[in-house]
Amino acid sequence: MNIDAKLGLDVFKLDKEPQIVVKNEICSTVCVNRACLYVCPADLFELDDQQRIVVNWEGCLECGTCMICCEKDALEWRYPRGEFGVQYRMS
Amino acid sequence: MERVDCIVVGGGLAGLAAAYGLAAEGLEVMVLERGNYAGAKNVTGGRLYMDPIRALYPELWEEAPFERAVARESITMMGDGAHTTVEVASDRFAGAQPQSYTLLRARFDQWFADKAAEKGAMIVPNMKVDELLREGGGDGRPGRVIGIRAGGDEIGADVTIVAEGVLGMLASAAGLRAEPAARDSALGFKEVIELPAGVIEDRWRLNEGEGAAHLFMGTVTRGMLGGGFVYTNKESISVGVVVGMAAMLNQAEPVESYKLLDEFKELPQIAPLVKGGTVAEYSAHAIAEGGIARVPKLFGDGYLLAGDAAGLSLNALVTVRGMDFAIASGYQAARAVAAAKKAGDTSVAGLARYERALRESFVLKDLETSRAIPRIVENPRLFMHYPRAVSKLAESVFTIGAQPSPRLAKTVWKGARRDFLSLATLKDLWSLRKM
Repeated sequence: MNIDAKLGLDVFKLDKEPQIVVKNEICSTVCVNRACLYVCPADLFELDDQQRIVVNWEGCLECGTCMICCEKDALEWRYPRGEFGVQYRMS
Repeated sequence: MERVDCIVVGGGLAGLAAAYGLAAEGLEVMVLERGNYAGAKNVTGGRLYMDPIRALYPELWEEAPFERAVARESITMMGDGAHTTVEVASDRFAGAQPQSYTLLRARFDQWFADKAAEKGAMIVPNMKVDELLREGGGDGRPGRVIGIRAGGDEIGADVTIVAEGVLGMLASAAGLRAEPAARDSALGFKEVIELPAGVIEDRWRLNEGEGAAHLFMGTVTRGMLGGGFVYTNKESISVGVVVGMAAMLNQAEPVESYKLLDEFKELPQIAPLVKGGTVAEYSAHAIAEGGIARVPKLFGDGYLLAGDAAGLSLNALVTVRGMDFAIASGYQAARAVAAAKKAGDTSVAGLARYERALRESFVLKDLETSRAIPRIVENPRLFMHYPRAVSKLAESVFTIGAQPSPRLAKTVWKGARRDFLSLATLKDLWSLRKM
């Protein structure tokens, strides 16, 4: 089962605004490690064809790992507004 | 501005334990929970130890929606193609008063919220708190917390109990604690896999209603701090991985974290256990692993910190705790606030009794006893060298080759000399004395 299928099992209520914003002006200049590309358990971060980091925030599990691991403070991260975001039924 | 006696930020175990106690004391308490219901944002990678909390709210636990009483504990050290398991069963683990239960948070927290509501607490779901309101701060002092802002609304309270969870966004924005650091944090993520109760009991050799807890260390995290886990629920199992964030950042060749769980499930000793199961949910959560050294000041003018928001969790490798600390800190928060209200003093002096009570209880005592653990477990040899070496040695003891075999003592001695008799091992042993 691939990661997208796993996320497809979860219940998400999507907010209109993204809860994660990538400041690519930081990523492309001072970040070497690019940890967001591999620490996210939902694999939401990827590079676009211009090597900029994009985040598919709609599948965010709200763990905060990307924010904690981002050594250059290049992520604006917040919880979605009340009632939005992932809603676990078991966990 | 609307006013209540006490606002609780977050409807997890710490917040609900506080709300239950406060409502029982007749105080006006409002719990603000950002999820659709209590537990909607929570994940457990484990179980609730009962003995530390049984005497707190003793009327609650008889009817609590636990999954299974853990009757058997196992730890597997995983090497390359060989692994060694230590299994411990005791009549006392799941006896008349089970020492620990597995549970699922969405179900458990909703039940707890209902109990708090029955006592008179107001539980408000779908409500994200945006800011802790303060007055009189400045010059590096946080000032008095006088309530919260949520959306366009401001609500005032004599005391705000901040039980917002491990990320501590509100408390750190208000200068009440530090932001979580990678060195002191781990990522836990898991699948809940549905299996019929009878299949679970057959595969894990369990009596009806009993459960198993199984931890794995070694190759599962490729030697990084952390490990794999399997906990049995009533009609599902929780299968997951915990990995230290700093360890992830320090990998020479980084692996995408989510792949560790797929690799874990494909292992020959795990695959038959999950076979035929239906994956029902995938979840992830951060874990505070900094120990007592990272626990912030727990109280101040008009506020208390409780549960994960206060860094109250403890990974001692064989036992992993957090939910018992959360419930106990919520309980003590309720007692402290009720006493402070009665005395008419909710200032820093009036609320100091909270931290005092936690210092006198198992919560800060156990964290203090384990002060050295977070730095000890940064040693990568614990997660790579030893699980491999133990498995290699055990494998050699059980192997008969084509050539005449040496004496057993010689086989053991050879393996021990190869992997255990070194200055590094002596140093590691010396560090472990503080575990």
